This record gives sequence, C-alpha cells and structure tokens, in this order.
Amino acid sequence: MTSVQHISKPDRLPPISQSGPIAWVRERFFSSIGNTILTFIGLYLLYLIVPPMLNWAILDANISGTDRSVCDANRDGACWTFIKVRIVQIMFGLFYSANPDQIWRPIMAFAILGGLITALLLPWIPKKPYIGAFTIFVFPFIAYALIHGEWLGLKVAESDTWGGLMLTLILAFIGIAAAFPIGIMMALGRQSDLPIIRYLCVLYIELWRAAPLITILFMASVMIPLFFPAELDFDKVLRALIGISLFQSAYTAEAIRGGLQAIPKGQYEAADALGLSYWKKTILIILPQALKISIPGIVNTFITLFKDTSLVSIIALTELTGITRFAAGSLEWKGKLIEGYVFAAFIYWCFCFSMSRYASSLERKLDTSHRN
Amino acid sequence: MNAQTQQINSTDIAISVEKLNKWYGRFHVLKDIDLTIHKGEKIVVCGPSGSGKSTLIRCINHLEVHQEGKIIVDGIELNNDVKHIDEIRREVGMVFQHFNLFPHLTILENLTLAPIWVRKMPKKEAETIAMEYLERVKIPEQADKFPGQLSGGQQQRVAIARSLCMNPKIMLFDEPTSALDPEMISEVLDVMISLAESGMTMICVTHEMGFAKQVADRVIFMDAGEIVEQGLPEEFFNNAQNERTKLFLSQILAH
Repeated sequence: MTSVQHISKPDRLPPISQSGPIAWVRERFFSSIGNTILTFIGLYLLYLIVPPMLNWAILDANISGTDRSVCDANRDGACWTFIKVRIVQIMFGLFYSANPDQIWRPIMAFAILGGLITALLLPWIPKKPYIGAFTIFVFPFIAYALIHGEWLGLKVAESDTWGGLMLTLILAFIGIAAAFPIGIMMALGRQSDLPIIRYLCVLYIELWRAAPLITILFMASVMIPLFFPAELDFDKVLRALIGISLFQSAYTAEAIRGGLQAIPKGQYEAADALGLSYWKKTILIILPQALKISIPGIVNTFITLFKDTSLVSIIALTELTGITRFAAGSLEWKGKLIEGYVFAAFIYWCFCFSMSRYASSLERKLDTSHRN
Repeated sequence: MNAQTQQINSTDIAISVEKLNKWYGRFHVLKDIDLTIHKGEKIVVCGPSGSGKSTLIRCINHLEVHQEGKIIVDGIELNNDVKHIDEIRREVGMVFQHFNLFPHLTILENLTLAPIWVRKMPKKEAETIAMEYLERVKIPEQADKFPGQLSGGQQQRVAIARSLCMNPKIMLFDEPTSALDPEMISEVLDVMISLAESGMTMICVTHEMGFAKQVADRVIFMDAGEIVEQGLPEEFFNNAQNERTKLFLSQILAH
C-alpha cells in the first residue's frame, strides 16, 4: 500500500468586498431596502436636530460677563454666563458659595478621593486591599472633617447647607459603599439553607424594594424624628444617607443574587469536595464569579442611585438638581432653568458614563472564560 | 491524627456502607446498599442511567445526604457532624463528569487553593507539590493558563491533579470521561490507570469497560437503586449471572 502525503493549502485573506470599509458601510447601513430608508430618515433627523443644538449650545452661546446683560442682548444662544457665575454654588452648595474662601476644603476632600480611586484603578499600584479599606473606612471621616470643619477648628458648615455636586457625590459614594457589603450579605442570606436567615433576608429585601425611595426619604426625614425624643435629633444628611443605603442595598442584593444563581452547582460541589468551609467556599470560589457576572446589574443600580440622589430635594437638601433649580430661581438669573438643567444633565452623564465604561473594562479584564 | 483513631484505622477497610437508603422526595434512589471497600481496592461501578451509581459515590463524601444507614469512611462515621464531614472530605478526592475547575483561577491556583486554605500549607510548598502533580498528569506547561483555555481532556487531568494535591486516601470518579470528545478519553484513562497502579483506593463510576477490565479489582453493577451483581472483572464480563446485568452488558458491548 502506498501512502499519499497531504499538502495543506496556505491561508488566504478574505475577498476585499467582504472586509473593506465599503463592505462595512454597506453591511451596516444599506443591507436592505428597509435599512436604506431608515439610514436616510436617521440622517434627516440628525440634520434637523444637531445644527440648531450646536448653534444654541456653542456657536451662539454667551459666556462672557458676570451678569445677565450679555445674555439679554443675545437671546439666540445659551447663557453659560449663569453657570460660570454660579459655579461654586452648583458645585459645593450654599455654605461654600457664601464662603468662597473655604472651597479648598471640599476640593481637597475630592482630590484625596480622586487620588485614592485612581490608585485603586491603576493596575500596577500594589496593596490595593489596604487602599480600598482606607477609602471605605477612613476616608469618609477625613472628608467629613474637611467639609464640616468642626473637628479641625474650621468654620463650621452645617450639613443642611451642603449642596450641589458635592452633596450628590457624598450621597452616592457613601450610599454605594454602604449598600455593597449589606447587599452581598443579604444576597448570600437569601440563598442560605437556614430558613430563618433566608426569610429575614427575603423580608428585608422585599420591604425596601417595595417602597419608593421618595417615600423612604420622606419617612427618614419627617417621620423618624416623631418617634425619637427631640434631643436625639440626628443629622438630616445622615438620615437621608441611611435611607438611601438601606434602599440601595436591597437592589444590590438582587443584582448579586442573579450572579449567585448563575454559578453552576458543580462549583459548589467541587469546593465542598475539596473540604472548603462555607465562608472559604463563598469568598474564594463563589463570590468572585458571582460578582463578575453581576457587574452589569450592580453598576446599573449604582447609576440609578447616582441619579436618584436628586430625590433628596424632597427633604429640602440641595444637591445638584436642587441647587440648579435654586440658582435658576434667583431673581438675578430668572428663566435660565434650561441652561442649568442642561449643565446638570451633562454632569450626571459624565459620571454615569464613566461608571459604565469602567464597568465594561472591568468585565473584560475579569473575563477568563476565553469564549470568542 | 491521634493514636486512638490510628488503631481503628488499622483494619484494612477504607469504606464501609451498611443498609444505605436514600430518597429524592418520594423517589427511592438507593435501596439497602451494603458495600465494603478495602484499602487499595479499585472498584468500577456501572449500570444504566438513573440506577443510583452517582448518588452512591456522592453519598460517600456527603455531597448527597443519606436518610438511613451507616457510612464509615477511613474509620470516621459520616453523620451530620460538620467536623466529621470536613475530615472525610479532606481524605476523599473527587473527580466530576464536568471537571468543575474554578474558571476564575489559573490552573496552578486551582491546584493550590485547597492545600493552602484547608491544609494551611505555605504557598511555596503548595506550588511545588502542584507542579509535581501537573508533571504527573503531563501538563506542567499549562500551569499559568485558565481552565477555559484547555481542552476537555486537559481540564479533566487538571481536575485529577487538583484532587491529588490534597493527598487523599480515597479517590471517587463520577463518570470522568463521559463529557469528553472520543480522542481525549485515553489521556484521562492513562492518568487513572497510573494512579491505580500507585495503589490508590478508587471508586469509579464509568462505562469504560476496557478500563474496568484492566484495573478493577471488582465490578459492581447497579440497577434501580440496588447492587444487582458484583464480582471480578473477568467473571463479570464473561459470566454474568443476573438477567439485568446480561441485558446491560449486551447493550454497552454491542458495538
């Protein structure tokens, strides 16, 4: 018998009509008659919307001057002068706009936070667990000392005079940081084999999830003081924070539970068979995988929370949205609500978009499944 | 281990199962199972699907909870005492049909996790031992990859090495080759054969009859939750007594 040697054919590139830029455009925009029509309708809508927006927001906009005279002279464009003049108020709230010489305090607090977060995000910086623990357990006190001022002997800024983006960030950051561990515990508890723990966790989650945040904030602010003696009047921002954290933890718990349920039973069994205890199994095997799966859901709840902080205006706290309305309601800047809200929306968008981008990069980084 | 337990262990019985009964809901999966396995013995368990063979070996390391009967593993009785369960699981390794490697950890981390966290072994030592076992299953070059980058056969060999890193006295195999592509079965069986030759006590649920003939000291046939027949491999394959065994053998050996 003679054997025949097989000679493999060399690899070739795909034909240019299927991989070049023309193919790219054709496939995405003109793949059928229907899609071609949609492409043209889309282009027409862009033509209708984009140029006037550009004109209003940039080309015809006013930013010079320190009062509304410039804006009143040119009514075609946006009045960014308003934002420029009121920027300290919009960023830091009433106390700091009344005491502009003190704004180094919140700026310093957020610079420290920015440094810590950067250190946490950069892959080559070591000792991340310590930095993380410092950010969560120590930094809030530093920030409080700086922003409130009493501990450092600075001019005291009572918390109900905090406001603007600063208050939004305080509420969101602490709300997220507090809700995350509670959420993990509740999600684990809901999966527990012990009925009492399970029912308590279900009760907790369903209770907070069933109430709208606005109701919870209202109760935290108005009703709780009714049940406590007047001397025990604790801080209004703190009350809002507790309400937000508990509310948020229920949503975080549900997002994490989704991840927990996606972990195959075999992972639990393999960990059990190796003799790992419940907590070692949970911390080393189950949670790392479950949290990775839940990243989109968790980030979704964080983004929602970030925007929902605007609801604290119901209890007379002036965070970003509230302070914008306040500033645009002043006699001096009456009627500039649109500029204010567009600016606030832009800030919300920047933060939410960065959270979402960071989450997807984290998802890619943690992906070890090596599926295509 | 103290002297007293040593004495109990001095008999050569690795596992003894007495009047074991288990139900899933109202479904009676295991019926009055009696089984004694000696140290160093290699047992192959076979039988049609749903016969309870996987459930039986999963009872041995308490992945399944039995309702009646007695299981003694390495001198320790398996009851609801968590300490006993942990003790037994440290001594009993298990290999699963779907490998169940931890996908978020590298191969080396998969192997060192339990020695470090359960046996409190220093990381360096655990890594040295892990590399020895990876050599033994012939894939040391994959140590820094993730399970998702390996073929099924390689993953299963890693799973075997992962169990061996705990230095178990008994190994349980739950259909270790059933999820593999045909060309990968032999690489896994080769590892299992060399493990058998090293004197490990093994219980394998498998339909690889060639493997059974080559290494088994005893073949057990289960059907409908009962041990229907057991014996030496040559007797079992050539001279089965029970009708159900004959039917089963004719079905799996037909091709």
